[in-house]
Amino acid sequence: MRAATAPVREIALVDTPEILSSPVGRIIEEHHNDRNDLIAMLLDIQDAMGFLPRFAMEHVATSLEIPITEVYGIATFFKYFRLKPPGEHQCTVCTGTACHVRGAARVLREFERHLGIRSGEVTDDREYGLETVNCVGACALGPIVLLDGDYQGQVTASKVPTLLRRLKRSAEKKPVAARSEAAA
Amino acid sequence: MLIGRSDPERPCITICTGTGCVAGGAGDVVEAFRKVLADHGLSRRVEIRLTGCHGFCEMGPLVTLQPSETFYPKVRPKDAKRIIEQTVLNKEPIEELLYRDPSTHEPIEHEGDIPFYSHQHRIVLAENGRIDPTNLNDFLDIGGYLALQNVLATMSPADVIDDVSRSGLRGRGGAGFPAGPKWKIASEQPAACKYVVCNGDEGDPGAYMDRSVLEGNPHRVLEGMCIGAYAIGAQQGFIYVRHEYPLAVGRISRAVQDARRAGMLGERILGTDFSFDLKVVRGAGAFVCGEETALIASIEGRKGEPRQRPPYPAVSGYMGSPTVINNVETWANIPHIINNGPDWYASIGSEHSKGTKIFSLVGKVNCTGLVEVPMGTSIRSIVYDIGGGIPDQKALKAVQTGGPAGGCLPADQIDLPIDFEALREAGTIMGSGGLIVMDESTCMVDVARYFTGFLEEESCGKCYPCRKGTQRMRELLEDICEGRGTMEHLSLLDELGATVNTTSMCGLGQNAATPVLSTIRYFRDEYIAHIRDHCCPAGVCTELIRFEIMADLCDGCGACAKVCPAEAIFGEKNELHTIDPNLCIKCGTCKDVCTKDAVLVLSGGGHEH
Ligand SMILES: Cc1cc2nc3c(=O)[nH]c(=O)nc-3n(C[C@H](O)[C@H](O)[C@H](O)COP(=O)(O)O)c2cc1C
Ligand code: FES
Repeated sequence: MRAATAPVREIALVDTPEILSSPVGRIIEEHHNDRNDLIAMLLDIQDAMGFLPRFAMEHVATSLEIPITEVYGIATFFKYFRLKPPGEHQCTVCTGTACHVRGAARVLREFERHLGIRSGEVTDDREYGLETVNCVGACALGPIVLLDGDYQGQVTASKVPTLLRRLKRSAEKKPVAARSEAAA
Repeated sequence: MLIGRSDPERPCITICTGTGCVAGGAGDVVEAFRKVLADHGLSRRVEIRLTGCHGFCEMGPLVTLQPSETFYPKVRPKDAKRIIEQTVLNKEPIEELLYRDPSTHEPIEHEGDIPFYSHQHRIVLAENGRIDPTNLNDFLDIGGYLALQNVLATMSPADVIDDVSRSGLRGRGGAGFPAGPKWKIASEQPAACKYVVCNGDEGDPGAYMDRSVLEGNPHRVLEGMCIGAYAIGAQQGFIYVRHEYPLAVGRISRAVQDARRAGMLGERILGTDFSFDLKVVRGAGAFVCGEETALIASIEGRKGEPRQRPPYPAVSGYMGSPTVINNVETWANIPHIINNGPDWYASIGSEHSKGTKIFSLVGKVNCTGLVEVPMGTSIRSIVYDIGGGIPDQKALKAVQTGGPAGGCLPADQIDLPIDFEALREAGTIMGSGGLIVMDESTCMVDVARYFTGFLEEESCGKCYPCRKGTQRMRELLEDICEGRGTMEHLSLLDELGATVNTTSMCGLGQNAATPVLSTIRYFRDEYIAHIRDHCCPAGVCTELIRFEIMADLCDGCGACAKVCPAEAIFGEKNELHTIDPNLCIKCGTCKDVCTKDAVLVLSGGGHEH
C-alpha cells in the first residue's frame, strides 16, 4: 500500500459518474433552496455520498445562484468536509488533548507506518483511509481510535496491527451498506 | 399545570448511555438487562431508563437502581442476571460488584457517598442521571418547565433580567461576561427582530461537558433559552451543535419537537402572548466557529470567520439584529436561578465568580469525568479529592486549563482557587472548562507544540499576527523538540508570543501564545534541558530519547524482538536482548509488550555531537 496522492485539502476536484442518480437535487429541495442552509446542505450531501463530489458542489452553486468559489470556500474551510472519496474502511485516531497526553501521537504514527499513508489520505487501493479527530467525548478511555465508527479504547502503538487485522475480518463479514450506516 | 407520570416506587434500572459508557460497552449491557427482565417476565414491572452522561466516565458502564440508589460501576453484560435477581428482586446489594473507595477499599453502595460525587456540588449535572433525555415526562417529573411557567405568569422581562443580573451568573463559554448585563443591552435595542443563540460548538479538544448536557438534559437548555428570549424580546433562536456530535444533534432536535408539541415552543407558548421557536443548526468542525461572531456567520451559512467587535452581537448579530449568544451551560443554569432565586445562586462560588462550573477532568488522573464544583474550589480538591489523584504513583506535574488557547499551571500552584480572576492572574484562562492533568511523563515543550500546532491549523487566517505567528511559534517549538533549539529561540518565542496575544483580532489569536508563554514561565528549565542538553526529561520528544533494555530485568523472552517493526532488536532466546540505536525508530512497541518492564526510555539519545 503506497501513499495516495497529495493531501485531501489540496487536490483537484474529482468527478463521479453518478450524477443522475445522486441525492443532491432532493437535498437542495429539502432545504428549500435557502442560501442560509448552505452548510447544512453540504453536510447532508456528504453524509449521503461520503464526500463532496465536484458535480454536487456545482449543482448547489447553480441552484442557489452563487459562485462555485463560495461553495468551495465553505467546503475547504470546515474540517468535516471531504473532497475525495473516503477509504472503504476509515480509521479515525482521536488526537484531542486527553488522548494526546496519553500517547495518541505514537498511535497515529503507527497507523501511518502500517498503512503507508499520512493522516488525511487514502491508500491507493481505496481500502483504508486515515483521519484524525479532536475529542470524541470518551476521554476516560483514551487514547481512542474509531474503526469504521466503532470505539476502541486504550489503544497503544503495539495494538495497531491487531486492530487493522480485526477491521479487515469484520469488514469481510458485514455488508457495505451496514458499515457506512454504523460510521455515520 | 404540567404533570409527569412515573411512580417513584416502581423499580427502575438506570443505565448511563453517554458516549463514554457506550464506548465502554453500555449497549450490550442494556441488551442483557432487557433480556433477563423478559426471561423473568418482569419487563412491565421493572423500568429500564437510559440516561445521558453521569460524569463518572472512568467507571463506565454505570448502572444505578431506584429506589434503593444502589450503584454499580463497570457493569458487564453477564452481571445483569445477578443484579436483577439479588438487588432488584431481593433488595440486597452485591458486595463484590460495588464501587470500592480507592483509599480505604471499603465497598460503597450509594452513588452519593462516593468521593467522586460527594465532593461535587451539582446543579446543572445533577439531573443527567435521573431522566431519560428523550422523554419529556421524565423532565416534567423533576420540575421541568416550571421556571418558564413562572416567568410567563408572574414576571416581566425586566424582572427576569434583574434576577439574572443579581445572581451574578457569568458566561460559561470562556470570556466570563456577566449574562444579565448582556441581556439588558440586547433588550434595550429598538430592533423589531431579535435572536438568542446557544453556543454548543465546544471546540476544545478534550472537553465534553456541553455535549453531555445537550445529550443528557436537552430540555433544561431549551427552557433557559425560552426564558432568555422572553427577557430580551426574541422570537427566534438557534442551537448550534457540531455535526460530529450526532447524538447531541439528535437529542436536542427531538427535544425541540417534543417541546413544540407540548406547547413550550412555537406560537403563544403555554397559552400566553409570547411566541418563540428554535432551530437546530449543525456546525462542521472548526474551533474558531465557537467564537461568537464566527458562529453567527456560520449560522448565516457563511465561512466561520470572526469579525472585528464592536459592534457586539447583543447590538448587531444574526442578520444584523441584536442577538444574545450564550454557552450551553450558561443557558442550563437559568431555570435553576429562576426556581431558587438569585440570592441562592449568588451564595454559591467566590466573590466575583458565582455559582458552579463544570470541568472536564481528563488526562493523567484516576477518575476521569465531568466534575461540577462551586467557583473558587482549589485545583487540589478537584484533582485529589474528586479525581482520586494521579495513577501509577506518579507525581503531578501540571494542570492545563482553558482549552487549546489556555495555559499550564505547575504543581506548586494547585491550591489556587479556580475562578475567572485567579486563573487570569496566574497566566491562564478559564475557557470552557477543560482541565487536563499532566504527570512527570508529560513533556511541557511537546504540550506547547501540540496546542500551538492545533491553533495554527484552526486559525481562520484572516489576521496576520495569528496566521503567521502561530506558524512561526510552532516551527520554533519544533526546532526545540527536535534538538535544534538555541537560547535565541526562547527569547524569540517570548517576544513573538507577546505580539500575537496583543495584536490579533479575535479571542483565538489573543490567547494563541498562552500555551507557549505559560509553559516558558513555569517550566523554563525543561525548555533549557531540550536546548542545552539535547534531552527531554519526560522522555517524549523522539529525537531526544533512546530506548534501552536493562540487563538485570530482561529474561530474554524475545517478545520485543518479535514485534519490533524495524527489526532493531537482537538477542538469543533466554539471553539479554539489545536495541540497535541506528535501526530503532522509537515507536515504543517494545516497551508496550515487555512484561518485565525492562525497556527504559532514556533522555539525551539520538543527538551525537
Ligand atoms: C476561538 C474561540 C473559541 C470559542 N469556543 C467556544 C465554544 O466552543 N463554546 C462556547 O460556548 N463559547 C466559545 N467561545 C466564546 C464565545 O465567543 C462567546 O464568548 C460565548 O459563546 C458567549 O457565551 P457565554 O457568555 O455564555 O460564555 C469561543 C471564543 C473563542 C475566541
Ligand atoms: S481527547 Fe480523545 S476522546 Fe476526548
